[in-house]
Amino acid sequence: MKLLTGNDLASGAVTWWTGSGWSLHVEDAADVGEQGDSILAAEEAARRVNAPYIIDAVATPQGPRPAHIKDRVRALGPTVRLDLTLKPADPAAGNWVI
Amino acid sequence: MYKYDQYDQAIVDARVEEFRDQVRRRMAGEMTEDQFKPLRLMNGLYLQLHAYMLRVAIPYGTLDSRQMHMLAHIARKYDRDYGHFTTRQNLQYNWIKLEDAGDILADLATVEMHAIQTSGNCIRNISSDQYAGAAADEVTDPRPWAELLRQWSTFHPEFSYLPRKFKIAVIASDEDRAAMRLHDIGIQLVERDGKLGAAFYVGGGMGRTPMIAPLIKDFVPIEDFLSYSEACLRVYNRHGRRDNIYKARIKILVHEIGADEYRRQVEEEFAHVKTLGIDPPAAELERITAFFAPPAFEAGIADSVDRSDPDFAVWLDQNVKAHKQPGYAIVNISLKKTGDIPGDASSAQIDVMADLAKDYSFDELRVTHAQNIVLPHVAKRDLYAVWQKLVEADLAAANLDLISDIIACPGLDYCSLANARSIPVAQKIAKRFADPVRQRNLGELKLKISGCINACGHHHAGHIGILGVDKKGTENYQLSLGGSGAEDTSIGKITGPGFDEDGIVDAVERVTDKYIQLREGEERFLDTYRRVGFDPFKEAIYG
Amino acid sequence: MGNLRFRDDAALDQPAVALSAFLDQSNATAVRLEPGEDARLLIPHLDRIALVEVAFPKFRDGRGYSAARILREAGYAGELRAQGDVLVDQIREMRRCGFDSFVPDKPLDEAVVATTLARYDNVYQRAADAAVPVWKLRHG
Repeated sequence: MKLLTGNDLASGAVTWWTGSGWSLHVEDAADVGEQGDSILAAEEAARRVNAPYIIDAVATPQGPRPAHIKDRVRALGPTVRLDLTLKPADPAAGNWVI
Repeated sequence: MYKYDQYDQAIVDARVEEFRDQVRRRMAGEMTEDQFKPLRLMNGLYLQLHAYMLRVAIPYGTLDSRQMHMLAHIARKYDRDYGHFTTRQNLQYNWIKLEDAGDILADLATVEMHAIQTSGNCIRNISSDQYAGAAADEVTDPRPWAELLRQWSTFHPEFSYLPRKFKIAVIASDEDRAAMRLHDIGIQLVERDGKLGAAFYVGGGMGRTPMIAPLIKDFVPIEDFLSYSEACLRVYNRHGRRDNIYKARIKILVHEIGADEYRRQVEEEFAHVKTLGIDPPAAELERITAFFAPPAFEAGIADSVDRSDPDFAVWLDQNVKAHKQPGYAIVNISLKKTGDIPGDASSAQIDVMADLAKDYSFDELRVTHAQNIVLPHVAKRDLYAVWQKLVEADLAAANLDLISDIIACPGLDYCSLANARSIPVAQKIAKRFADPVRQRNLGELKLKISGCINACGHHHAGHIGILGVDKKGTENYQLSLGGSGAEDTSIGKITGPGFDEDGIVDAVERVTDKYIQLREGEERFLDTYRRVGFDPFKEAIYG
Repeated sequence: MGNLRFRDDAALDQPAVALSAFLDQSNATAVRLEPGEDARLLIPHLDRIALVEVAFPKFRDGRGYSAARILREAGYAGELRAQGDVLVDQIREMRRCGFDSFVPDKPLDEAVVATTLARYDNVYQRAADAAVPVWKLRHG
């Protein structure tokens, strides 16, 4: 599957295209199929996202898993500061990245 | 320490308003990201993996308690309660909001700080010896010259769009504590026949093509200091390569045309530049130098230290260095306790270090390229009290220059350029060698880790260097041996095939075991390596 | 629209010729410098040049800044034009290097130009403009 991701212009936060808007959680990300480029152009022009790009991901029962480790780090947060990630209560959250 | 006058303050204040306006134009859609990017980068604002990152300059690594407290305040108010001290004597905030950037810069400006030229293809923060003004071996305090360069390079109209970034270090002793020859320009202030001058080394650097800067001019008379710098930069701006970003640093130019031809061009340019009147009068240097006058050291105070507390004695031996003034010492605060993230400090820790500087070090701190903090002027009678307060703040790791005093870039945990994580490797190695007796037995051993070929973690200059690479989507780590960023500058040699995260820790241990087996007398790891060569270690690693 | 000129004399109504062509023909008075070309080749001919157009194909390529200063340092007083990918946030540095006219690929917002040029009252270094560096203000 293909995901569309970028950062929020004002806050810089990592965001994922859900099909109708942007979410901080990769679990909410929707497969953009062949539509990625056109959504990307429209959303960037409207400044609802900054520096967007399209990535490959694999669908899993827990939700989409980005194919590249860099995007998995982006999806979670720094593996060395789990307290600052989106899953601060899960001591094994870093395993998902690797 | 240097203090701004109305002109310095006006320039920094104007920069705050300029950047505020650039951010406003970006947020309002008057600029695309492509147009905004070079502007934000010239002010140290990156877009990293999780958020914007702001890099704040700490010119030549010197700051006072008021500035240090402000760094803590910003971390608390705008970021996530910590900051990261870098190998370039800067501080990075990892979780900055674009909409806050103007307010942060305004706060910084109230304490004479800024983020000017901490990124972009321009002259970056001028770095220096963290022991400047305290070391017995310096011919003069190098910081007035670094400040002169700071002012000259700030918004230099001709050198704002260089082929690539440009880093300058200034030192004033034969012992090199600033990796001087691994800079685009490394300057060593020297004395000849009672006169001060500057030796210029040009074309060093790390990155994907590490080079040790050749000596371009052994003695530039001090009154020509800026003219000569300007000539060096102009030759680079005109002739540095712009066709390939990987070949755009000045080291490639100097390497391709040769040091002799580069020198010839600089001399020719200098003969012209010197006529332009760009060197300020001696009175300006005297004005700047006066700010760096030695603090009011007490004469005749006790030069001995009570070593009866054994933990204190260990720290004293490892982290405290000789000062030029009897009765005083240089205190190194390690930010590398086992399990720490190298270079990270919490707001609370930053405040503690600021208070210690105010109470015990004539209100001065230094940031080192090894990502530690220095209290440069501590009376020996106060060392025990300082140590006790460091212990309370978890800042008393007694490991300066030992294997766990690791330089590591933020790596793939934070950095959008990284190929692999650096910090977890640093943490695992520190844990493996956590036994303090074992570390001290290994002696001085500089281990440096970069998460990509850009080499922010100085891996080329590590006695043991580690480079993280991307191997078909998984993290892989290459080992190199024999680098040095000191006066015996050398570039490490890659041992062979890389390792996974646990494998690289094992490989490091095989290297240190081999060293223990081979060393003679008081040899450091680097000495043994240089004596016996690469092969015994290679065999130990790969069998 | 969008072009800027900071000169009182009349603009030259003549196209700038390439450097090689200029050096070959004695009657041209306007010449265009590409980024890699050596501005110093023009120095023997400055007395007959009314316009030097310095090309900026990409805003990141800063060679033209050195070219401009070199010409001004050699005494060139004619029009010095920056043409190409010239951005509003570069105008100030270009002015300091001696450029006095601008023909950007994309029009510049003149209000922003005015704000930008008025932003800084002080400079740290001598360049090709008349700005007095702060070290001079400090010591007279």
